[in-house]
Amino acid sequence: MSSKIRVIAAGGLAAVISAAAISAGAPARAQGFEVSAEISAEVRYFADGPLYDGQLERWQPSFVLEPEILWSNEDGKHQVAILPFYRGDTRDEEREHFDLREAYYRFNSDDNWSLTAGLAKIFWGRTESRHLVDIINQTDAVEDIDEEDKLGQPMIHLNVLRDWGTLDFFAMTGFRDRTFPGRDGRLRFELVVDTDNPIFERDGRRAAPDFAARYSHYVGSWDFGVSVFHGTSREPRFAIDQAGGRIRPVYDQITQGSIDVQYTKDAWLWKAEAIIREGHGRTFFAGVGGFEYTLYQVFGTGADLGLLTEYQYDDRQDGIVIEDFGAENAAPFPGGPPAGTAVIAAPITIADNDVFMGARLALNDIQDTTLLVGGTIDTNDQSTGMFVEAERRLGEDWAVELQARLFLNADPDNFLFVFANDDFLNLRVTRYF
Amino acid sequence: MKTVCLIAAASALTLAAALPARAQEGDASAAPGAEDASASTPVTSADPAARGDTPEAQKGYDISARSDRTDTGFSDSKVAAKMVLRNAAGQESVREFTFSTLEKADESVGDKTLIVFQSPRFYDGTALLSHAKILDPDDQWLYLPATKRVKRISSDNKSGAFLGSEFAFEDFTTTELNKYTYKYVGEDEIDGVKTDVIERYPRYEKSGYTKQKSWVDQDIFQTRKVEFYDRKGDLLKTLTLSDYREYDGIWRSHLFSMVNHQTNKETDLQFDDYQFKTGLDAGDFEQAILTRLR
Repeated sequence: MSSKIRVIAAGGLAAVISAAAISAGAPARAQGFEVSAEISAEVRYFADGPLYDGQLERWQPSFVLEPEILWSNEDGKHQVAILPFYRGDTRDEEREHFDLREAYYRFNSDDNWSLTAGLAKIFWGRTESRHLVDIINQTDAVEDIDEEDKLGQPMIHLNVLRDWGTLDFFAMTGFRDRTFPGRDGRLRFELVVDTDNPIFERDGRRAAPDFAARYSHYVGSWDFGVSVFHGTSREPRFAIDQAGGRIRPVYDQITQGSIDVQYTKDAWLWKAEAIIREGHGRTFFAGVGGFEYTLYQVFGTGADLGLLTEYQYDDRQDGIVIEDFGAENAAPFPGGPPAGTAVIAAPITIADNDVFMGARLALNDIQDTTLLVGGTIDTNDQSTGMFVEAERRLGEDWAVELQARLFLNADPDNFLFVFANDDFLNLRVTRYF
Repeated sequence: MKTVCLIAAASALTLAAALPARAQEGDASAAPGAEDASASTPVTSADPAARGDTPEAQKGYDISARSDRTDTGFSDSKVAAKMVLRNAAGQESVREFTFSTLEKADESVGDKTLIVFQSPRFYDGTALLSHAKILDPDDQWLYLPATKRVKRISSDNKSGAFLGSEFAFEDFTTTELNKYTYKYVGEDEIDGVKTDVIERYPRYEKSGYTKQKSWVDQDIFQTRKVEFYDRKGDLLKTLTLSDYREYDGIWRSHLFSMVNHQTNKETDLQFDDYQFKTGLDAGDFEQAILTRLR
């Protein structure tokens, strides 16, 4: 990061904030060590008994530890971040897991480029209801089904900032397998995902390299990005072992191109994302687009109300195909057909032709109370997934979040049907250190 | 969704410009009519519509223009700030952040500002970047550290509360000279300091105020007090600016105290020592830099 004129930090900068001084060379970037942590206690209550054998009954208590260690040298040129994550869960052993969300070193050049090496998290995209374009990190699917939680991805990342936009280049290895609930867990398919036995299309398996590049910029009211990815898909397909009562994740090699754009006008945000992907059955297109409109100071109070609507479309291949995975995986299941396995043609999505509508209320009070309500309805069969997320701080060091997910009117032919009995309430209390 | 409140809050990004009536645009910091103002500043043309045509209006405008000019020429700045919110029962809530500001290159563009939050820990690492514009809405981006997401947000809010405080967005974002018309109403004394008293009336839309009354001292030309009158014309809030310190000719108040007379709530905005000319450049205020803050 550029401090072309090096200035010595003015001595005696009083009232140093949370043990971090402001460095002279970088905007508001902490220097030295900054160590903090979040600890959360959580409990889920499922409104109905389980649909499938072995699933936990009603209550699922758990906890999360998230330490955060940040370091930067005086001029902000060298940065280190270490963010471990641990979820303890007594009911579902697959949900009990450790991850390094981030563990990287970054060099910030004076000439507005940076190089990051290590495990990192990258977000691409614009829309709210679906993150089609966001492809760098694997989803930590045992955390929640909204695909918002991500695993740390090993990478080397070059970021170049220029007048004409930003370029990002990624070289990655150390593929991260998607997490899935175990036999005891709720919010799973009828057949349990055998996460210990994934099938990889590519030689080299987890070590096989992935490459990605992105150009992003803004012009006036427009923000946009164009990205490409080539490597192992983060989204698995599934090979089906009906007799064994399990499914195996299948990670294919894919190539994906995408665009994402946002137009910001007054209180309106217009957003869209689109991808084209080769490697999962026939090449397909998927898109999501819509708006977010905010009403300020509603109901004669200081609260803001945001209204969101997005349409989701995806024409990926449906159905099941018979595939031969080659010598290594020729008979992926004991007793199964030696050559040829039943596999879902493309990774499952529910967002094939759906409309998302939501509202978020920010009270703008001292405790930062927010409420988000939304639902996605399938335009073909009206299967609906709904959620509520309410959050507020309790004093300076605590926060509480109440979340609910409801699966309404789930059609037996809709993927959502596997969650039909999994309506739940989740209460989370977090202490910040 | 923890940063939803901040989405609205981002409209106040030009907080650095909160410092008394900062010049923006062809806001004619050196209005031709400001004869008694320092001759060393280049004279640009005043906005005639803002300056008005009566002697009282022009005198009010000219005094404000002179005050404006004492705050420019800082190149870039960094400062740590602390906002203390207090309700009628005396309960407090604290928000801490750092501000970085890149002064506009010329009068056709606005300042660029970056705010990074430290506390409450809930918001730790959240950042708001603003590119202030003159006639167009500001460009603003919000950075959410938990998801690594940079989101362009609307800057449309004006009279809403900044982070639940008694400061409204427009208290920060609409301090530019030519966004008001003025009227000189007389002299007064505050804490033994002689001041000019000026009324100003918003020219921009969606303001929550019909009138603001400001006290500008005759010594260093800084605003000492502002009264805000609501849409019904009633006194709503009083802002007191104190602890002025000089940095090579640039004056900054280090304590903004806002009292809401209708709710009896208060907000203090306290600043540490400013650092000026720290070597920041335009690249430090690009949206792509938000993901590299830590």
